[in-house]
Amino acid sequence: MLTTLTAGRSARASRVGFSPARVGAVVGRNVGALRSGPSYWIVLVSGFFEPLLYLLSIGVGVGALVGDLTVAGRTMSYAAFVAPAMLAVSAMSGALAETTFNVFFKIKYAKTYEAVLATPVRPVEIAFGELTWATVRGSLYTAIFLGVMVALGLAPVGGALAAFPATILVGLAFGAVGLAISTLMRGWQDFDLLSTGQFALFLFSGTFSPVQDYPAWMEVLIQVTPLYHAVELVRGLCLSAYGVGMVGHAAYLLAMVAGGLWLAARRMERLLCR
Amino acid sequence: MIFARGLVKRFGDFTAVRGIDVEVAPGEAFGFLGPNGAGKSSTMRMISCVSAPTSGELRILGMDPVRDGTRIRARLGVCPQLDNLDPDLTVRENLTTYARYFGLSRAEGRRRADELLEFVQLTERAGSMVEPLSGGMKRRLTIARAMINEPDIVLLDEPTTGLDPQARHLLWERLFRLKQRGTTLVLTTHYMDEAEQLCDRLVVMDGGKIVAEGSPRSLIERYSTAEVVELRFPDGLDLNADYAAKLDGIGERVDPLPDRVLLYADDGDAAVAEVQRRGLSPSSVLVRRSTLEDVFLHLTGRTLVD
Repeated sequence: MLTTLTAGRSARASRVGFSPARVGAVVGRNVGALRSGPSYWIVLVSGFFEPLLYLLSIGVGVGALVGDLTVAGRTMSYAAFVAPAMLAVSAMSGALAETTFNVFFKIKYAKTYEAVLATPVRPVEIAFGELTWATVRGSLYTAIFLGVMVALGLAPVGGALAAFPATILVGLAFGAVGLAISTLMRGWQDFDLLSTGQFALFLFSGTFSPVQDYPAWMEVLIQVTPLYHAVELVRGLCLSAYGVGMVGHAAYLLAMVAGGLWLAARRMERLLCR
Repeated sequence: MIFARGLVKRFGDFTAVRGIDVEVAPGEAFGFLGPNGAGKSSTMRMISCVSAPTSGELRILGMDPVRDGTRIRARLGVCPQLDNLDPDLTVRENLTTYARYFGLSRAEGRRRADELLEFVQLTERAGSMVEPLSGGMKRRLTIARAMINEPDIVLLDEPTTGLDPQARHLLWERLFRLKQRGTTLVLTTHYMDEAEQLCDRLVVMDGGKIVAEGSPRSLIERYSTAEVVELRFPDGLDLNADYAAKLDGIGERVDPLPDRVLLYADDGDAAVAEVQRRGLSPSSVLVRRSTLEDVFLHLTGRTLVD
């Protein structure tokens, strides 16, 4: 009886073409990998420290030289200005590390997905599963980071709670785009390109200075790039400076989720189901 | 179980499979025999519903692999040519994780994993990571993994390539047990002895086409003789063709190879006697039973090399 029930369910799922249970199984694989060895933990922990170190060295250190900052009529310490940006960066890099390095390795070398695709799991379910896991990883970083911010007095508790869901969205957006990117990677040399791009975003997206301080053409250019929207959204929520612009930022990030997933699923099917 | 008519697979300009007809019955052990590049693996990938046929008709378990791929794959077990076990997971987790992809509960996954580890004799290595395992162990684990969903058909792509003789025999024995349980086996191989050991019926593929079909025995009867005499001559190599001319008429067929001359005859000893009567003195004489290798040689006109 039980078998008939489950068989009926999986048959139905197959017609719909998408099964949350199978997405969960893809996530479960990564949980298993985490349990099985220390190597994954090292990767995980190191990803968290980078933005924290920047916050301490530049936000607090350089901040002591810079003094207070006035942006859009609000005055704050430089560290309080930089911290939300570092939060957005940690959401981005957590998700990207998972969906680029790890996923690329699984596609190209470990052939993990070839084994997975021999089961009822479909490429789109792999994409969703990996994205879910990447977002969990990114959110783990941001939750701890928010705790640090509150402890250092760089954000009120209310602001931190409001910013957390936004960091999840940031993780989803960059994770989805990262998935699409890793299906387009030719080899490890392309990762140099990626990390250069990531570093440029990190420096210029209104992270260390307000974008209004740049020349107009640069400001426009920055407003086209993704991390800017992540930083603005997260900073606005941290500082409780709500505005209509937030809807635009959120829409930009949502578009990244949809576009990234769509392309990733398509490319995976191309790559693996030849 | 499997039904194919005029099955074609093209990759760009390259045609890997050029219109093959195949039918596999329940409980049968069916083999695709052929050299590398014959189109075996492409055929297997189409059957395992990860690669869509370019043209032709293909039905697996009565379903269409393009439309019902997910449902078909739920009932297949796939053992690929190269082990793609998960290096980040332990031996046992490789199985339990795989069980989840089929929608099995955690408890059921663990139960089957332990049972299968027992079956492939890997219980002691359950907690080990995959990397330190030997080639034979990895292969057995891959086969165990292919069985986690209790499949109706198990697809094995070159199951024993690269294994040492001991590992091969252990694997054959396990596959034979699987067959006894009534599981349909479909395998590819370029080992003649493997095909003879495991297959009830097989097709010989060459250049994307099926060149012969039948049971190992019937193929040998049709395309070879009961026995084969292998002759090596001391000054052989370049002169084998000349020797072949001198041997003409003995047995049914004479085949000069670079390193030896093959004499196809139903009575090997009589053929050897005739060789000696003609005053030829080969440096070594071997009379053996005919094998699928001889069939392959006859069908394609060349030895089976990679």
